[in-house]
Amino acid sequence: MSASPPQKCPESTRPRWGVIAAWIGLIGLLGVVAIGMFQKAQGTVSIGQPVPNFTLTTFDGETYTLDELRGKVVVLNFWASWCKPCEQEAADLETAWRFYQPGSEVVFLGIAWTDTESASLEYLSRFDITYPNGPDLGTRISQAFRTTGVPETYIIDRNGVLAYLKLSPFLSVGEIQAEIDPLLAP
Amino acid sequence: MRNISAKVLLALALSVAAVLLPSETVFAQQPTPSDDQVNAIAKQLYCPVCENIPLDVCPTQACAQWRDLIREKLAAGWNEQQIKDYFVDQYGDRVLGTPPVRGLNWLAYLIPPVAILAGAYVLFMALRSRQNPTEQPDSTMLVPPPADEYVSRLEEEVKKR
Repeated sequence: MSASPPQKCPESTRPRWGVIAAWIGLIGLLGVVAIGMFQKAQGTVSIGQPVPNFTLTTFDGETYTLDELRGKVVVLNFWASWCKPCEQEAADLETAWRFYQPGSEVVFLGIAWTDTESASLEYLSRFDITYPNGPDLGTRISQAFRTTGVPETYIIDRNGVLAYLKLSPFLSVGEIQAEIDPLLAP
Repeated sequence: MRNISAKVLLALALSVAAVLLPSETVFAQQPTPSDDQVNAIAKQLYCPVCENIPLDVCPTQACAQWRDLIREKLAAGWNEQQIKDYFVDQYGDRVLGTPPVRGLNWLAYLIPPVAILAGAYVLFMALRSRQNPTEQPDSTMLVPPPADEYVSRLEEEVKKR
């Protein structure tokens, strides 16, 4: 009565490389999809977090690097010439820039997002915008900030940390000043 | 008389030149690109503002500006590849309908054929096993246990009765 169960030959214990490779491929693919979905779901840069460094070359050929602006408050505005809401705040941003320009403690930077250069220059001329503006070449800056559209304004404190984020147009100069002034307090 | 004929000849020459010169100037300019020429390039590009809508049929102002830009570049004598390169430089790889084969982009080209081949293999194996349902298990895979002497004797006794 000692009938023993069937015994497997050593061949059946060989690893099934095809199955292993298929699982690795599937898990890898799911990983890539998950990373993509996570990045999309992250949203914009968060208030209180350091903002990514970037270099902006303006339409005039000047270069601004965020890290070199430490110690100053930076107002970073994403806009486009085809964006009607951007037109609402264009004059207010320029007025605010002219208000803070003499103190040299606040830097305004405009970034034209997915715009053509001729249309951007026409827009800047139409609203008499004098603060530095440049194209978002390769959409690298907007991708680093994970922008969701235009207009969007990021106010960065003296330490390079995001202090305020506006995902719609400013409605008045006072609204802009109300966000900048506390950051200038010693 | 000789002087007069020389003047006539000069006037004729000037007239001919006046007729020919403007036409040469017209030929030297690039003709205005047609909508078809613009759209042939535009349909390969996608504006980030309106994802998943090719530039040639996108109705937004942003896309209209991009089409104007393509027209300007064509009029300036740029070819299709130069224009596409310019758009990639300005707006990034994602404006292209077909991503360039670099970085993680190669997965987009590799995964579909591999998945199709794997699927075909699985289908082939499933069909083959359905066609041979009575296939005996591989005799090399299972080894029967050694015969038990007691069981053999028991079976013999049963047969005798």
